[in-house]
Amino acid sequence: MEPVAATVYPNYDSVGRAILEAFPIIDFLPVWLVALVIMVVVAACAIVFILVFEGVGSLVLRKLAGDIQSRVGPNRVGPYGCIQFLADGVKLILKEDLKPAACDRVLFRLAPYLAFVGSCAGLVVIPFAVGMIAADLDIGIYYVMAVSSLVSIGILLGGWASNNKWSLVGAMRGAAQIVSFEIPVAMSIIPVILVAGSLSTQEIVRSQGGLFGIFNWNLFHNPFLFFSFFVYLTAAQAETCQTPFDLPECESELVQGFMTEYSGIRFGYFFLGEFGELFVVCALATAGYLGGWHIPFLDAGNLGWFWGNLLSLGVFLTKTFTLVLVSMWLRWTLPRTRVDQLMRMCWKYLVPLTFFNLLGVSLWLLIFDGKGIPAMIAALFG
Amino acid sequence: MTEPISKEALRTDEWTINMGPHHPSTHGVLRLELTTDGEIVSKARPSLGYLHRGLEKIGERVAWAQFMPFTDRLDYLAGMNCNCAYAWAVEKLAGIEIPERAEWIRVLVCELNRISSHLVAWGSFCADMGAFTPLLYGIREREWVNDLFEMVCGQRLTYNYARIGGVSHDLPPGFLEKTKEFCDYFEPLIDEYNRLITYNKILVHRLKNIGVISARDAIEWGLSGPNLRGSGFAYDIRRAEPYSVYPKLDFNVVVGHADRGTLGDCFDRYLVRIDEMRESVKIVRQVIDRIPDGPVMAKVPRVFKPPAGECYFRAESPRGETGFYLISDGGTNAYRLKIRTGSYMAMNIFEKISKGVMISDIVALIGSFDIILPETDR
Repeated sequence: MEPVAATVYPNYDSVGRAILEAFPIIDFLPVWLVALVIMVVVAACAIVFILVFEGVGSLVLRKLAGDIQSRVGPNRVGPYGCIQFLADGVKLILKEDLKPAACDRVLFRLAPYLAFVGSCAGLVVIPFAVGMIAADLDIGIYYVMAVSSLVSIGILLGGWASNNKWSLVGAMRGAAQIVSFEIPVAMSIIPVILVAGSLSTQEIVRSQGGLFGIFNWNLFHNPFLFFSFFVYLTAAQAETCQTPFDLPECESELVQGFMTEYSGIRFGYFFLGEFGELFVVCALATAGYLGGWHIPFLDAGNLGWFWGNLLSLGVFLTKTFTLVLVSMWLRWTLPRTRVDQLMRMCWKYLVPLTFFNLLGVSLWLLIFDGKGIPAMIAALFG
Repeated sequence: MTEPISKEALRTDEWTINMGPHHPSTHGVLRLELTTDGEIVSKARPSLGYLHRGLEKIGERVAWAQFMPFTDRLDYLAGMNCNCAYAWAVEKLAGIEIPERAEWIRVLVCELNRISSHLVAWGSFCADMGAFTPLLYGIREREWVNDLFEMVCGQRLTYNYARIGGVSHDLPPGFLEKTKEFCDYFEPLIDEYNRLITYNKILVHRLKNIGVISARDAIEWGLSGPNLRGSGFAYDIRRAEPYSVYPKLDFNVVVGHADRGTLGDCFDRYLVRIDEMRESVKIVRQVIDRIPDGPVMAKVPRVFKPPAGECYFRAESPRGETGFYLISDGGTNAYRLKIRTGSYMAMNIFEKISKGVMISDIVALIGSFDIILPETDR
């Protein structure tokens, strides 16, 4: 892959320099203070984004459920129930924070934060737009895989600390499921890394730009990648514990699984974490396979800082939300699998399939010199 | 070097988990004592009685006719069936002939109630399996039936419609047309349900080969209704011991036929209910075409005293056999009243077939038996 010229894509240096020129006082402040302020601001942005996403997402989820189940859905709070999520949030905060008498108090309190942090820390490396990424890490994908493992620790702790047998069963299921499905998720994102030649999410998205619009997407690069995308979606659905793989909480068997004893805002953190994770895996799928923020037939880098970022952010969020919608749609359509069936699916089908894909993509890159099908077709016509 | 972990330190124990009486999928207040090794259940012992209201004793203390509203509370999803079963039982005891039209009306409402009961059974079974949407579909169609019953008797859940000697009201004008409309609307929906969820691969894999009951076991443990027919044994009281106008009606006894897995598994019991809804629609259509005119109430003395004696009457209700054993000493109330219900009998075999299944399968088993707790506990 040819490295893209740095001037095309606005980076943080230029933005930072502009801010520095606008507010010269920053120069006199200690570095740690500036860094702290930036960190807090970025973190606040991420939290606000997640909160808004969770609020709107939960509303959409319930409206969609209403549509699918031939009922109305929330329609009392605000027109079309559009601020229902605020009412829900206020309710969650105001609810009594119950703790079981015999729970492990420290772990019980810690667990929701771990689950929340684990799912939302992935946002750091999500390439929202051409110049919008909290930290363009060289090991972006690796980082996401690593921090999302925190979720399973949160779930396990929550289940264990609740001192409830149903919670523990749910937690054990959750831990086993998330750890198992991290393998197919990681293995089905590796082909993308091979094609892009980088672990940086922004670099992966950049590698999918070009003249052919959506045919530059990794999805259409070669048959193995096309297949790998669906393997990724399936495995990600299971890793984030969404229906039909929502075994850790599965309300008809385990009451609420690991969340049984949680109420109020602690329950809310688990809930937020779940939505955050859903967003992160869908955003990764968008960045890895669906061309990320690339506007078809337009180069976002040439549109100027404001319009380029705005349009590419819109494109990115549209693609991601479409995937989120698909996930919600599945949630109201399918029954739930059983634990052993889920594990069998993971270890006997998904893991071998991802290895096969990896081999296929590697061979493809070796034989065709890294070119995808669209590029080869284009080469035929000169 | 770490020391090798001794076998003693790795010793694992079985766990006793209390499932219920408050649990989302025990369909009420069923309590199961699960002994599990992780996810594998080695023993599941049902513990009943959390909804015991002493209905049988009440039946001995109130006048014969006054027990009718209590039968609604026997099986709240099929109140009509329990109403009519009790009325038929008392009439058999007292030797009362009821008008022809009343018989047809009773069969009509019983079959409508069978449809609505199976709809809830189907919906909640699917909800137990994690598919929440079918429950809402089932409830939506049940609203139709509830509307029809509201037209007939003013009630939507506890009907108190049957009377000793007939039924309380004649059918209101326009009722038969509405019922026909419902049949036309509902019949294609059964195929839609099958397309949507029945043959869904996940559902089939969850249900097939789980909780297999052979026909012999089913008979020995006293199962009845769809649970017995799911094992492939064609025993339907409407046919085996015909009562009312059922002999004049044309319908099939639906039996399980190992559609996907082994004969008598959860999937067979599921399918029996789906297909029974079709047969009930068939019966309802015949009743609409053939219902005669006439009175709906026989002459029954105001102070009703059946002659001394005893009788047992059984009717096919959605959950199997609903039987009333009545002993009269010639007084105004029963000397003894015993109720036999399908759900209670289904609980007996539970411990036997729940050995070695997973916790998720326990939920499938409860759902496939379609138990209803007021009926088990009375």
